[in-house]
Amino acid sequence: MNTSTLGRPVDTDEKASALRRRRNRFNRIMLTLTGVCAVVVVVPLLLIFYYLMVAGAGSINLDFFTQLPAPVGEPGGGMANALLGTMFLVLLAGAIGIPIAVGAGVFLAEDGRSPLATVVRFTADVMNGIPSIVVGIFVWAWVVVWMGRFSLLAGGIALAVMLIPMVTRTTEEMVRLVPKELREGGVALGFTRWRTTLGIVLPAARSGILTGVLVALARIAGETAPLLFTAFGNPFWEWRLNEPISALPLLIYQYAISPYDEWHRLAWAAALVLIGLVLAVSLASRFLIRNPYRQR
Amino acid sequence: MIMEKLSDAGERTVGQSPVRSSPSGNRPAPPPRTGEPAPDGGLAVAARDFSFWYGKTQALDSITLDVPVRRVSALIGPSGCGKSTFLRSINRMNDLIPDTRHEGEILLDGSAVYSSGRDVVELRKRVGMVFQKSNPFPKSIYENVAYGPRVNRLVSSRGDMDALVEESLRQAALWDEVKDRLDRSALGLSGGQQQRLCIARALAVSPEVILMDEPASALDPIATQKIEELIHELKDRYTILIVTHNMQQAARVSDFTAFFFMGRLIEIGKTEEIFTNPRQEQTEAYITGRFG
Ligand SMILES: Nc1ncnc2c1ncn2[C@@H]1O[C@H](COP(=O)(O)OP(=O)(O)OP(=O)(O)O)[C@@H](O)[C@H]1O
Ligand SMILES: [Mg+2]
Repeated sequence: MNTSTLGRPVDTDEKASALRRRRNRFNRIMLTLTGVCAVVVVVPLLLIFYYLMVAGAGSINLDFFTQLPAPVGEPGGGMANALLGTMFLVLLAGAIGIPIAVGAGVFLAEDGRSPLATVVRFTADVMNGIPSIVVGIFVWAWVVVWMGRFSLLAGGIALAVMLIPMVTRTTEEMVRLVPKELREGGVALGFTRWRTTLGIVLPAARSGILTGVLVALARIAGETAPLLFTAFGNPFWEWRLNEPISALPLLIYQYAISPYDEWHRLAWAAALVLIGLVLAVSLASRFLIRNPYRQR
Repeated sequence: MIMEKLSDAGERTVGQSPVRSSPSGNRPAPPPRTGEPAPDGGLAVAARDFSFWYGKTQALDSITLDVPVRRVSALIGPSGCGKSTFLRSINRMNDLIPDTRHEGEILLDGSAVYSSGRDVVELRKRVGMVFQKSNPFPKSIYENVAYGPRVNRLVSSRGDMDALVEESLRQAALWDEVKDRLDRSALGLSGGQQQRLCIARALAVSPEVILMDEPASALDPIATQKIEELIHELKDRYTILIVTHNMQQAARVSDFTAFFFMGRLIEIGKTEEIFTNPRQEQTEAYITGRFG
């Protein structure tokens, strides 16, 4: 029998190359299919952005960022108070939620096998899946009813309840990613466990944690449902903790379901601004993701 | 610091009150053959019938050995024989691993490392460690060295700290290479420089004993040579215990060599003797490369 240089019988070379062709074809088809899926992921964002630009960009002007909403029927006006309100709400939620979430995340990473950690982790995962309207109702029942009024505080708490499980889990993941050699390096120098965690492990995980925090802040900045029964909305300037406050998503909701064309245009504009904010924060977090072990 | 002169070979007690949490049982442990004592005498570290378990796996079996002060002692033996476990038992790094237990005792300068009142943090300040994989903190070069002394409150003024950082980096033979970029990230250094930085970091808290677990295994020959020269320099001031898989390295840098096999100490002695005239057949087989 003839053999090829590789010692294989010649008559199988035909088969082998047919097999190779088939494999290559399969490879190409799969690549194309997954590529199409990837494009489908991007399309909605592009469409949303395009549509918002068309429908909303025209209403964005200086007034939009500096004026209160105009009364029905009057043209112009802006959403300055809602922008400010969203800022306050997000800051308040961050101030309440970030320390708790980072603390809990560090605990989960440090003491991950204890029963408490198991319970906390499970709870955080469940909380991550709870519909945001439920969070709104829950905070209404506890905070709003207790205070007797809608308020910035209640809205901030509702958003914090959304934020805490997200940041807890990302913090845990990020702290876990810190190589154990680094912790051992600290312990071997005679540092207490606590000092090692705060002084060495946390700084090493810092950029990852910050990214998680930014993503979570961007998420809650766009939440409407938790604010419906808590922050409630307010047509005027407001910054006091115990008063209802306006927020961009609330205004979008309110304006979009109104019968007025002018308000519809403003809702589109507000949506555009909101998406712009979220996009900006996401981009910022992209830059922070860079490896902390990267050389300077 | 060192409490007692080394008298004879054989079973010895060190310090006033040797702690033995377990009797040696009925297995007569062969008396360890230690090399001659250091001229100024004394033991930095001594293990007495020390055994160690990870869960149900026994990693060390009745280790009894002496580490003379201000000498370099090498631990050799095939992979998995317990060298790292022994090293990490001395500064109790194994405490970080759940489900471990030990029997017997390790003495540092005569006092029991595992006694219940022992301050582990203080122990680890006295016993520094350099790891196989260099692990500089993600901080500046300066901070890597200064962080330990600052946390442990060893210096009070900024000037003292600068002096300590310089001295530590000089001792680690790194000063000239980094003096112009002390504020840059330590992660920008080469592997060999990072390892010397870790040595400087360990020196900065003024330990008495330095444990090195394969400190040069990830380095090229030139960086390895630097580390070896460094070890040579340091042995005037510190007691050094080094784990290595490199027989030539053990022969070059150490005064005493201990051969571990399957969790047991097979033989310990002066390095020349171990390498030229080992008593145990297993030792000879290992160092001549017949197994391991
Ligand atoms: N964290 C751990 N958990 C469970 N078993 C361990 C752990 N670390 C080590 N062991 C086991 O203990 C034994 C001794 O391991 P050790 O790391 O001390 O060996 P070694 O001599 O340092 O080996 P090497 O030369 O490969 O570094 C091995 O059987 C190992 O599998
Ligand atoms: Mg090892």
